[in-house]
Amino acid sequence: MINTGKFIEKSFFIAAIFSAALTFIIFVFMIFLSLPLFKGGLFFNILGNPWKPEHGIFGVYPMLIGTVLIVLLSLCWAFPLSLGSSVLISVIAPPRFSKLLKKIVQMMTGIPTVIYGFVGVFLLVPFIREMFNAGSGMNILTASLMLAMVISPTMIIIFTDSFENIPQAYSDAIDALGGSAIQKLIYVILPCSWKGILTGLILSLGRAMGDTLIALMIAGNAVAVPDSIFESARTLTSHIALVIAADFDSIEFRSIFTCGIVLYMFTTILILLVRFLGRMSLKNK
Amino acid sequence: MKQSFLEICIKSFAWFSGLFLLSAVFLIMCYLIIKGWGAFGFSLVFGDVPPLDALFLHRKVFSGLFPAIVGTYMLVILAVGMATPVGIAAGIYLAEYGKERIKSFFSLFYDILAGIPSIVIGLFGFSIAIFLHRYIKEIYPCLFISAMALAILVLPYLIRTTQFAMENIPEDVRLTAPALGADKLQNILYVLFPRSLSGITSGVILAIGRCAEDTAVIMLTGVVASAGIPKSLMSSYEALPFYIYYISSQYRTSQELQTGYGAAIILLLICAGLFLTAFFIKNIMIDRILYRS
Repeated sequence: MINTGKFIEKSFFIAAIFSAALTFIIFVFMIFLSLPLFKGGLFFNILGNPWKPEHGIFGVYPMLIGTVLIVLLSLCWAFPLSLGSSVLISVIAPPRFSKLLKKIVQMMTGIPTVIYGFVGVFLLVPFIREMFNAGSGMNILTASLMLAMVISPTMIIIFTDSFENIPQAYSDAIDALGGSAIQKLIYVILPCSWKGILTGLILSLGRAMGDTLIALMIAGNAVAVPDSIFESARTLTSHIALVIAADFDSIEFRSIFTCGIVLYMFTTILILLVRFLGRMSLKNK
Repeated sequence: MKQSFLEICIKSFAWFSGLFLLSAVFLIMCYLIIKGWGAFGFSLVFGDVPPLDALFLHRKVFSGLFPAIVGTYMLVILAVGMATPVGIAAGIYLAEYGKERIKSFFSLFYDILAGIPSIVIGLFGFSIAIFLHRYIKEIYPCLFISAMALAILVLPYLIRTTQFAMENIPEDVRLTAPALGADKLQNILYVLFPRSLSGITSGVILAIGRCAEDTAVIMLTGVVASAGIPKSLMSSYEALPFYIYYISSQYRTSQELQTGYGAAIILLLICAGLFLTAFFIKNIMIDRILYRS
């Protein structure tokens, strides 16, 4: 009996080790496959160069800029929208309505991204095209608007969770002093939950950066560095999806691993930041 | 009490953003349903082939969604089948055996794994396929490789939900069996695991949803626009989300576009159904079946 117990414990342990090792293996594999680039010092060249296959230049600088623009712009839409909605859910709205709203937001996290993309192509793209007279309508603005829809639900859930986790005593104190709901929000809830808000922002940043389908379907995928938000652009993620080189040893093919490594490292840094924030709030309590 | 200007501003902004979000979702759903409603029916799924013939694989379906639905179905079963045992085992280890420091070390890795963009995991699956192709010539990006990559994608969620469900068991339940002389393993197998089953099951169902909707992983690892029913694990296949993506950029006739809308509605219904089931199970069902109280 003791032996079976030991055996089962071992297999649980192996499963845990294996899952953790996967994280590491993925990284090593990508480094390994882009190794020739590191040797020649090409890695940083690729990050800074334009994408001109006809001249033999396979840089991903335009995609880097495209990613940054789309992600930041989508956060600009999603953050105020999410903050407002979470305030509505946890402070202002009557209880039944706020419960319903919360359910709907939770359901929204389950809507497939490809559906947002699909509706984006046939509904939002023509709208933006007519409204701003902007070429094909597939541009950074359009993609960022749809991406904001994709990341908002997660942000709202994290925000409302942190709003509802403030110490009960603080909340009672405001009530006892006769403060209104809005005063409670301004003087207690927001100052107490800035870490939760920051965490939500960072995680949504990661989600927005990692999303492929929205940018791929409605950002237009141009390979030039965009000059304005009405120009089409390509993100790192959609670049990976679009480059399908038959020759596995070509630089063109290797360059997509550079994109992969950049994405991997950036999301890892974001996760570390979130953990750091979590540690800080644990110590304060 | 007179409200200050600031209060009115905040209130109206909150109402505005909440209602804006609601109406945006409502608009998206309505648009899909109105546009796709006309396409609904047997012919959407089976084309011009009689449904029973298609179901028993007597005749191939060319113009319907049947192959894509079957592809998604097989993909989900394979991926979740691979990920669930590993995920649950790792989750149990983390919740019951791991010491504090090991736990935080492991969970850092799981968090990173959960944060990796799905396209990067797809790229990983793709490079695995190429890597294997050097040694075994038959291996190309295929159903099996896709399922494996999707399994990696959902693994951290499964671990987390299992761990969370086990750790949230109240202390008195946790101590009952050991007090009666059960060892640690018996406690886990007969008390803690069944007790957290509803949480774990809803986690698995959400993982199914993620596998069904993910497009980025499969588009690098072997999904194609038309392949028919996959013959083996090593063949390419069709899937619903990829079909939707493909139609949005490559449709030629308005009828194809109609099928695209239909596919979007079907995928949405599948995901909503899974989501509601997970919700239902988590809140009500299994606890009531196991512990009739």
